[in-house]
Amino acid sequence: MQIHIAPDDGVPIYLQIVNQVKYLVASGRLEPGEEMPPIRVLADRLIVNPNTVARAYRELETAGIVEKRRTAGTFVSTNGSPLARSEQVKILTQRVDTLLAEARQLDFSVDEVVDLIKQRNFDMRASAKE
Amino acid sequence: MQNVVEISGLTRRFRDQVALDNVKLTVPAGSVFGLVGENGAGKTTLIKHILGSLKAQQGSVRVFGIDPVADPVNVLGRIGYVSEESDLPAWMTVDELMKYMRAFYKSWDESYAESLRRDFDIDRKAIVKNLSKGQRARAGLLTALAYRPELLLLDEPSAGLDPVVRRDILAAVIRTIADEGRTVIFSSHLLTEVERVADYVTMIKRGRIVFSGPLDDIKATHRKVSFRFDAAVDTPPASPVVLHWEGSGKEWTAFCTGSLAEVDAAAKSMGAVIVTAASASLDDIFVAQATSRR
Repeated sequence: MQIHIAPDDGVPIYLQIVNQVKYLVASGRLEPGEEMPPIRVLADRLIVNPNTVARAYRELETAGIVEKRRTAGTFVSTNGSPLARSEQVKILTQRVDTLLAEARQLDFSVDEVVDLIKQRNFDMRASAKE
Repeated sequence: MQNVVEISGLTRRFRDQVALDNVKLTVPAGSVFGLVGENGAGKTTLIKHILGSLKAQQGSVRVFGIDPVADPVNVLGRIGYVSEESDLPAWMTVDELMKYMRAFYKSWDESYAESLRRDFDIDRKAIVKNLSKGQRARAGLLTALAYRPELLLLDEPSAGLDPVVRRDILAAVIRTIADEGRTVIFSSHLLTEVERVADYVTMIKRGRIVFSGPLDDIKATHRKVSFRFDAAVDTPPASPVVLHWEGSGKEWTAFCTGSLAEVDAAAKSMGAVIVTAASASLDDIFVAQATSRR
């Protein structure tokens, strides 16, 4: 499991772990049923406080992405989760947020942005048919 | 025992210079406690009070519930202390140093000491003063860890050291905390290191505590916010939530404290809207607090 921590990023470290595990699961690089490293092992590897890793695991468990098995450890959830879809939505949401921020700075209304998106979609389809 | 260190109303003057001003500090057992502040802010003075090498002029200091000045034996034997200026006996060999330390501490764990020595790759026969700066720092860390102290106290442990040694020090902090119930206090100016390992952070500025609390809380109440004003302004109005302004015309970026709702309310009262709000790194927070005139 490859996780990279950037402490100067501003995003709390537990959240960086949560997000990266979510992406690893969404992209299939962490498979259902796969075992997660024990808290201490991951804390040691990432050089972060074990409490931070524990918090990330708790959040992931609450979100249904991993599950604790009694005495055995923590595993990626096996019951097919709707995660992949919700993660895709999240990625698009970030794009939309950037677009909206730029539109606001250029004094475009939301309706104008929507119209522009529809227009571009129409243009792209038209050019694809040619 | 809940708190390893309890300090209240601590004030310290050196001649007419106030080094610590009414400091209150509580360090819960089992936490990693980061102490940050500019050079000369009072971090080392505070640490010296915890060690009992300075006596409180006003206020009280309790470590493990004990006054460290009145009963140093029962306090110092339970603290592992590493400072920037290592005071290891320079003329001893590493082997002699380890035997010397073992004589001092009942809880010295020889097999742990030996495994640390091998991990750190320190030569038993080398003389302390001939060790490189990095190896000397590792030797200091070894002697502080090998008796498994209840409190590990590190004063700028990473100062002037290369990244590999700093990594060893951080790994030692993490292993210490992973052992149930043990506590770490460390002062550092390397904020990314503090952010990695600390549960609690206290910032000192000119002898006063600027903020103190769980790192997560501090990060949740500090953010970088861009505002857009209805009309261009030369200087944005002062606001209790704003630490520091930057920008020009209609667009200004501020470093804000408080909840997002409070910042939003402040924006409305200033005639501005929030364009973006982003969480800040501890480094950003430190700079904003250090340069703020408050």
